[in-house]
Amino acid sequence: MYSQEIRTILAEHARLPVGVEQLTDDSDLYQAGLTSLSTVNLMLALEEHFNVEFLDRMLGRKTFGSIRALSEAIGELRGASNAEPLTE
Amino acid sequence: MCLYPTEHADLAMPIEERYRGYLDELVGHRHLVPTGVPGVYGRGTEFERVIERFDALVTRHGAALAPEVMRFPPIFNRKHYAKIDHIRNFPDLMGSVHTFTGGDREHREMLGRFERDEDWSRDLSASEVMMTPAICYPLYPSATGTLPPGGRRVDLQGYAFRHEPSVDPARMQIFRMHEFVRLGTPDEALAHRDHWITLGQEIFHSVGLPTQPVVANDPFFGRGGKVQKAIQREQNLKYEFVVPICSEEKPTAIGSSNYHLDHFGAAFGIRTHDGAVAHSACVGFGLERVALALFRTHGLETRAWPREVRDVLGLG
Repeated sequence: MYSQEIRTILAEHARLPVGVEQLTDDSDLYQAGLTSLSTVNLMLALEEHFNVEFLDRMLGRKTFGSIRALSEAIGELRGASNAEPLTE
Repeated sequence: MCLYPTEHADLAMPIEERYRGYLDELVGHRHLVPTGVPGVYGRGTEFERVIERFDALVTRHGAALAPEVMRFPPIFNRKHYAKIDHIRNFPDLMGSVHTFTGGDREHREMLGRFERDEDWSRDLSASEVMMTPAICYPLYPSATGTLPPGGRRVDLQGYAFRHEPSVDPARMQIFRMHEFVRLGTPDEALAHRDHWITLGQEIFHSVGLPTQPVVANDPFFGRGGKVQKAIQREQNLKYEFVVPICSEEKPTAIGSSNYHLDHFGAAFGIRTHDGAVAHSACVGFGLERVALALFRTHGLETRAWPREVRDVLGLG
């Protein structure tokens, strides 16, 4: 749902050694060269762009491991912010 | 529970009070000498003797690796510091060495502020060096280039600085580590890390410290640090040897065995003999923390320690 926007942010902030156009939504971003430190840059950029804050339980390679997983997490956060307050 | 006389033992006692209680006992027995700064102490005769004996024990075990022995001072090149991401990962722990570089006029201005009891630290400029946060850091920039076949094994010992003032006697700002570092292929680095998880346990158990190896993370800073901690744990890169010192619930790490992947190899252009980016691993023993754990476990007087522990350490 947010795949295209995530790709733009990946290209700008994740410092991947491969071009984002070579990645499918299910490509493993850590296999593609995402590091622990670049995950931080990516996370902060996504939070700013989508005006969300990742929940503690989302902070890990599962969430940041693919464009699809990121899109789902952002969908959950944005959907939730429009509905009822999240409880963690 | 910490080292309190049993009549004062109180499991409900707040952790801060337990830290202060043990610290008071250590100072009372002249093991630590206060300097007026939390986490910065002088070391007394018996405390230092225990550290020396444990350090020698670790050296004997490490000798089986036939390591090169290298010693670096507790300050290192600011340009090298800039390459290791420490400023991003642990900005709150850094120590920067600043000094006065002005002329007579600037000196008079600084003295004026000094004498008026104003902040004169802004008159200082950054020197060429930073405090060393982990004693293996100065090794990597010295290893730039191609490793010999089979890589390198290095024995390091020295002081590290981390700015985290605390009443917990185990959380010192400046303390010694003894490390064994492996530079080589991913398999060589990982084998070193795993070898030392087993050997570290044997060493600690031989001196009566009931350590457990646990998956751990470094104290990455801030909100971004939360995701780094989670990723480091998911990757099983770091194991700590933990033992209760002042708390059963929050045991203290007295050593760790770590796999760095290619973090340092990539940062400093270290390559294996076949041209690949080198991986690295290190085991580190926190010497003051080991002494604190020994005094906590066996009592504040070494002459009352169990015979077998005294024998292993060569305390006579």
